[in-house]
Amino acid sequence: MNIPGRRRILSKIVVGLCGLAVLIALVPLALVFFYVVKQGFASLNWAFFTRMPKPVGEAGGGMANAILGTFFLIVIASIVAIPVGVIAGVYLSEYGKARFATLVRFTADVLNGVPSIVIGIFAYGLAVLPVHRFSALAGGLALGFMMIPIITRTTEELLNLVPSTLREGALALGATRARAAFGVMVPAALPGILTGILLALARIAGETAPLLFTSFNNRYFSTRLDQPIASLTVQVFTYAISPYDDWHRQAWAGALVLVAFVFTFSVFARVVTRRLERMHRI
Amino acid sequence: MPKPPSSRKRADDRFFRLGTGFFALLVVILVAGIAWELYRNSRLSIEKFGFNFWRTTVWDPVAGTFGALPFIWGTLYSAFAAIVLSTPIALGIAIFLSELSPRFLRTPLTFLTELLAAIPSIVYGLWGIFVLVPLVRQLEVHTPDWMKRLPLFSGPPLGVGMLAASLILAVMVIPFTSSVAREVLKAVPATQREAAYALGATRWEAIQAAIRYGRTGIMGAIMLGFGRAIGETMAVTMVIGNNPRISVSLFAAQHTMAAVIANEFTEADTDIYLNALIEIGLVLFLITLVINALSRLLIWSVTREAKVKETKRVLPAATESAA
Repeated sequence: MNIPGRRRILSKIVVGLCGLAVLIALVPLALVFFYVVKQGFASLNWAFFTRMPKPVGEAGGGMANAILGTFFLIVIASIVAIPVGVIAGVYLSEYGKARFATLVRFTADVLNGVPSIVIGIFAYGLAVLPVHRFSALAGGLALGFMMIPIITRTTEELLNLVPSTLREGALALGATRARAAFGVMVPAALPGILTGILLALARIAGETAPLLFTSFNNRYFSTRLDQPIASLTVQVFTYAISPYDDWHRQAWAGALVLVAFVFTFSVFARVVTRRLERMHRI
Repeated sequence: MPKPPSSRKRADDRFFRLGTGFFALLVVILVAGIAWELYRNSRLSIEKFGFNFWRTTVWDPVAGTFGALPFIWGTLYSAFAAIVLSTPIALGIAIFLSELSPRFLRTPLTFLTELLAAIPSIVYGLWGIFVLVPLVRQLEVHTPDWMKRLPLFSGPPLGVGMLAASLILAVMVIPFTSSVAREVLKAVPATQREAAYALGATRWEAIQAAIRYGRTGIMGAIMLGFGRAIGETMAVTMVIGNNPRISVSLFAAQHTMAAVIANEFTEADTDIYLNALIEIGLVLFLITLVINALSRLLIWSVTREAKVKETKRVLPAATESAA
């Protein structure tokens, strides 16, 4: 059959343009990676990981306190978000057809789209305003709130992938629903759930906006819940908008550490995901 | 020997349902709590300024004058420009990856485009300050004079400003729009394309049929991107110039709602100042809430009926979990 030339050419052009769109999107990706790696490697040294920030004007120093601070904030966020997220996810997968479950699912998706800065204001009102002090707790709460919807939805999806015959088997053997869910279903889905949690961690580790006025910043080592704490992202921001070359250098180093962290997690999660997919398809 | 469920066991199951349901309820409470908390902490400003807050253009905290129109303007302008720039590219990617790409390229390309969403906002901002802004400045310097006479390109070549912000937002939004649009296209039944081919359609015409079928979902994908762009904070505040003045020029330094909160929150030394900033946050929250809810409904209307169980990925990628 003959398709008139004009239509065929138009089709070819559009197909070409779609391919071009992919290439165009890869340009900024490559550029960002190129600069972060180039500038970051030039500035990254051992002191960056082990030293404290130097006073303004003095060269050198590092972000040891900020790296520790980010780690500390992530731990607080996990303590807040993992139990809530996983159990809510169990509910959604066990009673997914209830109207309330649809509401929860919808709210979780909507919560996911709430700007992180707004979550920051919320945590500020909750944990900073009453005591008039910035604190690690407030920052951790803000990050935790952001993790909850992600963990809830991934847990639900992964539990839904476990064959329901497992649940039915457990119930037939006389297990309670709680036993069937937490003793059989959750362990079966555990690798995936953990990967989902890792992805959520990778995402919040790069957040800056919700920390600006919750955990604020701190020039010193701190592990106290009720004191301001430094974080890698806020430190990068502070240095990036400062007028000092040496601080810019350190900001790039910080960006490299962040990107390396996020990238590693994403690749790792991708590998685990593919393995799980293959496993479940059989 | 199986026994009939005892009343004890039934009570256990009830407890399990209520117990896990409570945690699910926490998610709902969280969203309601955000709304309440933001309202509570912005009451001073709501009561004092009323609707004038959103109609006036002078933002002078020292004098106690708070008009938030420039921020609304900047937010909508930058998000809109970002959508105009990113939509063709995002849809092109979605079409390429779902309909055209050779098999061996599909997975790596999907991963790479989604990686755009994994880069932290602050890294985009840093890159924006030191790489993009100088480039934009060059572009502005070399803009021909006849173009500079247009209001859209008027003003001195600062580098920082609406153009740099829109460009960075566009890049950040692409992965969200494209991954959702791809899901939508994947959810379009194959019979749609087959029918088109059977009628003698070219490839593009068959794709058009698929797009037409999924158009509500694709609208949803674009709206989702718009919602993302509205709430984006760090990268924008680092390149937009933070100047609360309404202008149609892409070259002008402007400001956004999220950016002013990020910049001035810790400097707010009076209650009314703080309340005014939180009121901006409240409206930002409400806008994104509405946009997100709408886009979710649009997307669900297409993807829900689709039977894509086999092809459904085990874990959502970074973009989806964030979307």
